[in-house]
Amino acid sequence: MRRTGRALLAAMTGLMALLVLGHGASRAEGEMSILVGYLERHVPPPPVLSNLEETPDDLGLAGARLAIKDNATTGRFLNQSWTLSPSIVAPQNDFLQAARDLLDRTPYLVVKAPREDLLALADMPEARTAILVNASLPDNDLRGEACRPNLLHTIPSRAMLADALAQFATKKRWTDWVLISSKSEADMALADSFERAAAKFRLKLRERLSWSFEADMRRNAAAEVPLFLQDAPDHDMLVIADEAHDYGRYVLYNTWLPRPIGGSEGVVPSAWSASVEQHGAAQLQSRFADLTGRDMRSVDYAAWAAIRAVGEAVTRSQSAEGETVRAYMLSDEFELAGFKGRPLTFRRWNGQLRQPIPLTHPRALVAMAPLEGFLHRRNELDTLGLDQAESGCDAFEKER
Amino acid sequence: MLGNITKTVQLAAVLFAGPAFADEIWVSNEKDDTVSVIDIETMTVSRTIEVGERPRGITFSKDHKVVYVCASDSDAVQVIDPQTGEILHDLPSGEDPEQFVLHPDNRRLYIANEDDAITTVVDTQTRRVIEQIDVGVEPEGMAVSPDGKIAITTSETTNMAHWIDTQTEKLFANTLVDQRPRHAEFTHDGSELWVSAEIGGTITVFDVATQSEKTKIGFEVKGVHPDRVQPVGFEMTKDGRYVFVALGPSNHIAVVDQKTYEVIDYLLVGRRVWHMAFNGDESLLFTTNGVSGDVTVIDVAKMEPVKTIKVGRFPWGAAFRPTP
Repeated sequence: MRRTGRALLAAMTGLMALLVLGHGASRAEGEMSILVGYLERHVPPPPVLSNLEETPDDLGLAGARLAIKDNATTGRFLNQSWTLSPSIVAPQNDFLQAARDLLDRTPYLVVKAPREDLLALADMPEARTAILVNASLPDNDLRGEACRPNLLHTIPSRAMLADALAQFATKKRWTDWVLISSKSEADMALADSFERAAAKFRLKLRERLSWSFEADMRRNAAAEVPLFLQDAPDHDMLVIADEAHDYGRYVLYNTWLPRPIGGSEGVVPSAWSASVEQHGAAQLQSRFADLTGRDMRSVDYAAWAAIRAVGEAVTRSQSAEGETVRAYMLSDEFELAGFKGRPLTFRRWNGQLRQPIPLTHPRALVAMAPLEGFLHRRNELDTLGLDQAESGCDAFEKER
Repeated sequence: MLGNITKTVQLAAVLFAGPAFADEIWVSNEKDDTVSVIDIETMTVSRTIEVGERPRGITFSKDHKVVYVCASDSDAVQVIDPQTGEILHDLPSGEDPEQFVLHPDNRRLYIANEDDAITTVVDTQTRRVIEQIDVGVEPEGMAVSPDGKIAITTSETTNMAHWIDTQTEKLFANTLVDQRPRHAEFTHDGSELWVSAEIGGTITVFDVATQSEKTKIGFEVKGVHPDRVQPVGFEMTKDGRYVFVALGPSNHIAVVDQKTYEVIDYLLVGRRVWHMAFNGDESLLFTTNGVSGDVTVIDVAKMEPVKTIKVGRFPWGAAFRPTP
């Protein structure tokens, strides 16, 4: 009924009408045109000790661009056209107004924003029936008590990453851990996740150390780090929580005991890394590099997966209506081939994209979690992160 | 003098290397840049031939006078004299050719260009590109109908089979399949098209006349998680009875009844089984096992693996060559 009304109106008032009622999808003569918004709050990256790496300006957006291209190539054969509408909001500008402007035109929004912005957006009345996809924040509670039924996540939670490392350590029998973290909120949260993972997989956390050096480690890591670790209890693996990649790099090869390192340095669990090449991943890597001239990172991958997921749902459900698409994304029918060797699906209880977690070092893949032998009655991928019983998210159930 | 000795040595090498007097299976080794030639009589590798970078698709001309190899990272299809192993010339192939299929006219080669979302049609005689056809993202599987009227490209990320009219070289239908289609084959009578979907874990069977889906076949290997049961390459017997389906990292080959679509058996082979080829009378099947770097030989009548032959790193494609 609604659709018929729209078609009539469109016929009467032509192009202008299409712009007005658009809402992410317009149908004219069997053609579907789908608009996806990419909404980012620009945040200057935090200062770090090393000057070697820069965060790419188009982190996330580049992944979204590639996915729209992929969707459009597929769409050619299905009478679909796909458009990306990026909106990057400067620190001083109104994030929610930018969100409103996009939501006027589409229910599909890929979001890269700090927590406060993201939650404010999810709670806006205008966003109630939207499909917001978080492509950057790993906060566990966004998949737990703070979850929102209109908010999906394609970036893995910290719990998923930590569980991946714990499975790997279990497999290697590196059962005794010492954990280092800075005092930043993010690193404390990541360290909490490692602690939780250690308990979940029955590893021993021998000590949790706090990194509090003010000095410039580029000059004196060799002297300071061994002293810092000298009194720590013996361990099999040293785990580093350093999300900003600030101090962790100076710990490598400067430890008191010769022990393998994992976490934010050493063997690193992530959504994506330049050293992932199996399962056709090399093709995604090369398409991304052709488009951007750089390596694909986790946030790029999450933005890519978000838009590809919407693309699959639109194609398979043969609808561009937000509600139908969301229902399809959360259904048993949905699956996405994400170059990680298994179909990716959404957890129906908290909207998290189930996905294997590669454990890599800069030159190669070391392992892909879930590792063999970690079983789950529903899906082995649910051995990673918050399972249904423990998530504490009931918003998805309630609205059913 | 020295020249003569060199010549003699070369001559000896040629005599030693061939010509072959037995049927052969040719296997492309993706990560060794070589082709291993298996002598079917002795079940050993009789020759190893150096080819271009990252060889994948491999197929013989209808008269078996030349063999074509997709050298993906060399961006070329190489034409090789199977008698000498000499690379005769390259064909223009478009970028990153992965798989191809030779038209029954023994002239047109339909090539999937994985990085470019294109299918390239090449005339193997004039060595010119006839047409480039826009298809979905990451084209891979290639097939041509027995009457030569239809060519198929499957695209891995678009998840479709694209139907090409070989008269006009234009698409006339695009049909969705499950996630990550890998391989396509027509039945020998041309009435059905089968397409495997690696991540979807299924084979979709299409009615060729209407391009509509007839049925979908699923697989289940005991003790292997369904996510790891991934159908990739497959081959059909000419008698219309069986289809042998490689199930990738589950390390099994499924045997499917061509008529009832039921899975009859699962045969354990090497690790990450990928593609395969029959011998001449289809009594033996040779599967390429990527991760274990070997070829499993299956006795088709007994439905059991009988031998493993070590080849190069990451064997990918396989093709049969009868005794010349």
